[in-house]
Amino acid sequence: MDTESTHSGYSSRSGRSNRHGDRSRDRHKASSSKDSSRSERSVVINPPDTPSQDSPVHNDEPLPGEPTPAADHGEDAQDDNWGETTTAVTGTSELSISQEEVVGLGKEIQDRTQGFWRYLPLAVGSCVGLLVLATPLVFLLLPAVMWPDRLNACGAACEGLFLSISFKILMLLVAIWALFLRPGRACLPRVCVYRAFLTTLTLLLTMSYWLFYGVRILDAQDEDYPGIVQFAVSLVDSQLFVHYLAVVLLELRHVRPCYSVCVIRSTDGETRHYNIGQLSIQRAALSILEYYYRDFPLHNPALLSASKHRAAKHLAGLKVYNVDAPGSTAAAQPSDGSQPRSLATPATKRKDNAHNELYYEEADYERRVRKRRARLVVAVEEAFTHVRRMKKEDENATPSDIMDVHEAALAVFPSMARALQKYLRTTRRQHCHSMESIQKHLAFCLVNNMSPKAFLETYLGPGPTLQYGPERWMADQWTLISEASVTSGVKEGTEFLLKCLDFSLAVTVKGIPYIRLTEEYIDPKSHKFILLLQSETSV
Amino acid sequence: MSFVPGQPVTAVVQRIEIQKLRQGENLILGFSIGGGIDQDPGQNPFSEDKTDKGIYVTRISPGGPAEVAGLMMGDKIMQVNGWDMTMVTHDQARKKLTKQKEDVVRLLITRKSLEDVVSQSKGQNPRPGCFTYKH
Repeated sequence: MDTESTHSGYSSRSGRSNRHGDRSRDRHKASSSKDSSRSERSVVINPPDTPSQDSPVHNDEPLPGEPTPAADHGEDAQDDNWGETTTAVTGTSELSISQEEVVGLGKEIQDRTQGFWRYLPLAVGSCVGLLVLATPLVFLLLPAVMWPDRLNACGAACEGLFLSISFKILMLLVAIWALFLRPGRACLPRVCVYRAFLTTLTLLLTMSYWLFYGVRILDAQDEDYPGIVQFAVSLVDSQLFVHYLAVVLLELRHVRPCYSVCVIRSTDGETRHYNIGQLSIQRAALSILEYYYRDFPLHNPALLSASKHRAAKHLAGLKVYNVDAPGSTAAAQPSDGSQPRSLATPATKRKDNAHNELYYEEADYERRVRKRRARLVVAVEEAFTHVRRMKKEDENATPSDIMDVHEAALAVFPSMARALQKYLRTTRRQHCHSMESIQKHLAFCLVNNMSPKAFLETYLGPGPTLQYGPERWMADQWTLISEASVTSGVKEGTEFLLKCLDFSLAVTVKGIPYIRLTEEYIDPKSHKFILLLQSETSV
Repeated sequence: MSFVPGQPVTAVVQRIEIQKLRQGENLILGFSIGGGIDQDPGQNPFSEDKTDKGIYVTRISPGGPAEVAGLMMGDKIMQVNGWDMTMVTHDQARKKLTKQKEDVVRLLITRKSLEDVVSQSKGQNPRPGCFTYKH
């Protein structure tokens, strides 16, 4: 079946992420249920050199919202290139509102998230919700409309049932809104199995009630109105229980920690451990990415160049010859005529010095960083002494001296700018902080009466990725690479990879051990002590 | 020097006679003792068996009567003037040694080197002055 799944985003539109070139056709979500014809959306991803598909198609019809070419042109193109096209499922079931990207992020960075995609699951969810909520009311109203004269009168018990129906429908409304109609956090590659199952179950329930209602009540024109009211009440009760099942399956299962995951960043080895509950692989990947943005320090490729230089120097010291074929010895041209066996010798010579070099280089770097940091701390402390909050007695000062916080920040900034710039350059983080961001942070610290040390804390170490601007987030560049199907649950020993542009996160899953806790009772009176002496007496 | 409960204790002992020295108002012997059945045997640095609650010599003042008589640090005192010292409290031992009416104490002490000498020279006559102690 599918061995790899890719999060394609909307790459057919953007032309940027066509590197997600993995081909997998999603058949795993069975299309048999009536709602799932809308639940998969395939988008054809083209590498830049195949011009065959301009517009994505699905099941021989252009996706709604895409520019529609002539229908037969679309069909021919689809059929001819069926074997070569890439399809990856981007959409999800209509009840999972996971089409949206991080709120606010999508609005600023790019407009890949078309308005249509964002609202489609919401719209479909609302439709199903309306169907679910309106059905009992329709059940109650139709007899009163169609054969009012023959209906039995409804006593006090009936009115009690009316009240209970109305409140239950109200609760169901709020519950559906709370669970299903919220804006989604992310866009996942595949359908969430549980959401699809729950949708199916709900629609099945409603349809069977309609069936019974049509046959037994509408056709037979039943006159027993209290019975009809109880029928409607039973429907609302069943729907509430289905919603309870939804809460348990979608929320509670994820909360209790069951597995411990270890996340390692490939470039610099940053490792973190988290506890997660029973989730599908794609949802676990989503949780892990949210933890990544909170916990992992910003990925800094500038810091990795040192080890690459060392690796390059190692390779330059090795000469590799092909000594297998007799004819090729003539072809192999050693530049200094040394024997092919000398693979070891240049390498060992260089290895003798490599660790020395590394040691002194690192010591030197530490010293430089500490020196710059000392200068920076002094400069910032001095700069902060120049400005203070206006007090009562300062109201008589000259108006030119009284400034608002941004002007104060601008005035104070130049005295520390140079030291800060040099420090950031030494630690290779100068690209993370722009002048405006520094001034903004300075204004923030001045407003909140922070000490110079508090102001400096942001710049002394790499913070979590979210601290920096949206251009560093790369929230749409994540690819999930997994051998198991991504909607299957996370199990002990599961491993998968989350790839971003120039680094990846390797995730391994271990189960939390089954803890056996035993109890021992100690009587409080049994705490008795003796004094042990070792005295020495001279005689 | 370990003891098995219920069995007689056997040890190779040496008899040492110490003349007390008058120092001001007191008669002193010039050594310090440690141990006793009310003390913690695990802290005794001189005993081989760390459950041994006997009385041990912990310090000898240089030039004192004990050193002159041949007492050595680490010796275990088995008897003082006929009184048993293997099962006494620390205070009882002190009292038996510091009776102001006696100016001579005759000790039976044992140490590891005595046992080694005797077991090495098995079959030969034991050195005079060394007696096997049967409790």
